[in-house]
Amino acid sequence: MSEYAEGSPIVLPDDPSFGPEVQVDYPGYRSTRWRAPKRPLVSLPEEFQDLDGPVFGAETVDESDHDLTQGHHGEPLGERIIVSGTLQDEDGRPLPGALIEVWQANACGRYHHVVDQHPAPLDPNFSGGGRCLTDADGRYRFVTIKPGAYPWGNHENAWRPAHIHFSVFGRQFVQRLVTQMYFPGDPLFAYDPIFTSVRDPKSRELLVARFDLDATQPEWALAYEWDIVLGRGGSGTTPMENGR
Amino acid sequence: MTLPRTASQTVGPYYTLGLCRRPENQLAHPSRGDAVELAGQLFDGEGVPIVDGLIEVWDAAGRRWGRSGTDAEGRFSFVVTKPDALPRQAPRLDVFVFARGLLRHQLTRIYFPDEAEANDRDPVLSSLDEGDRATLLAEQDDGALRFDVRMQGELATVFFEH
Repeated sequence: MSEYAEGSPIVLPDDPSFGPEVQVDYPGYRSTRWRAPKRPLVSLPEEFQDLDGPVFGAETVDESDHDLTQGHHGEPLGERIIVSGTLQDEDGRPLPGALIEVWQANACGRYHHVVDQHPAPLDPNFSGGGRCLTDADGRYRFVTIKPGAYPWGNHENAWRPAHIHFSVFGRQFVQRLVTQMYFPGDPLFAYDPIFTSVRDPKSRELLVARFDLDATQPEWALAYEWDIVLGRGGSGTTPMENGR
Repeated sequence: MTLPRTASQTVGPYYTLGLCRRPENQLAHPSRGDAVELAGQLFDGEGVPIVDGLIEVWDAAGRRWGRSGTDAEGRFSFVVTKPDALPRQAPRLDVFVFARGLLRHQLTRIYFPDEAEANDRDPVLSSLDEGDRATLLAEQDDGALRFDVRMQGELATVFFEH
């Protein structure tokens, strides 16, 4: 990491005292300044952690919703990819039937969104939104195109590394997670305050998908594997199997 | 064995592409006699409306869920009926707030203004001082309910650990 290199005053040094959690009020990410709560959070009774969350059935998702390259007149431009993985809790239990929603920029780094005025072309064959339910083994799978990096004005010459936004509902209300998946080897990681707002370098690495040659489809698509781990909510009192 | 959790990242300004592909803000059918509009605005620490926020509400007692993006004035709205109370608690909705600039979503609650007695007995609400408590109470507003969310400042909404 090149902290405080000229033109990139946005990456704070790794400091274990921050802990592995996300640094919510993060000076490098300008928008946090007036939006992150300043007062300490109030703790809730333990039973709150046990509240079941919303359940989404098959009616929530259409068969083609997992394929972002479909539903238009033609094929989107860009590098076709498969993104798949397992959704599990921190005890390693897979979470079946969970709703995962994704959204992303197109191959040129432009979102199909009125607010995004980045002078890169829109792709009439790519809207950039998808959803699926995890299967009985907690697996999800999307077909899409690799998103491009894009400038975002947080600081001088600020660029977001390529990423796909993920939204996940677990079983319990408190398992809700919204995050971003990145691609291996992106040179922009060190300059991106959203990525580095995750203060623990190991936690950051877990946001980066793994290229998976075995899952590629020859003559058709490259593949990335990315697992998602949710907190266990209040089920921490559930007896564990031996050795777990 | 405990696996490390996947870290949170901001929902960013373009979440509507993935999370608002259809209206999902009705927890009750508007034709129901007891259905009311629950609406409000989301404000940042300078009092400026947050126009790229997303509010999700969850009625755990009735297992009803909904979400609403904020508009150009930071407004969100739902159609709700008052939830049943969970044992020993006042009726409430649990609320997640997402926005550009929030690296993790924030948790708050909406309690109902016509439940004074239950609110007084609610273990969470009654543990707060009067000012904080007021930030979690919806207000009657001409037949509708109004609930504003303020991320920071003197009147900042109470947010909970989760």
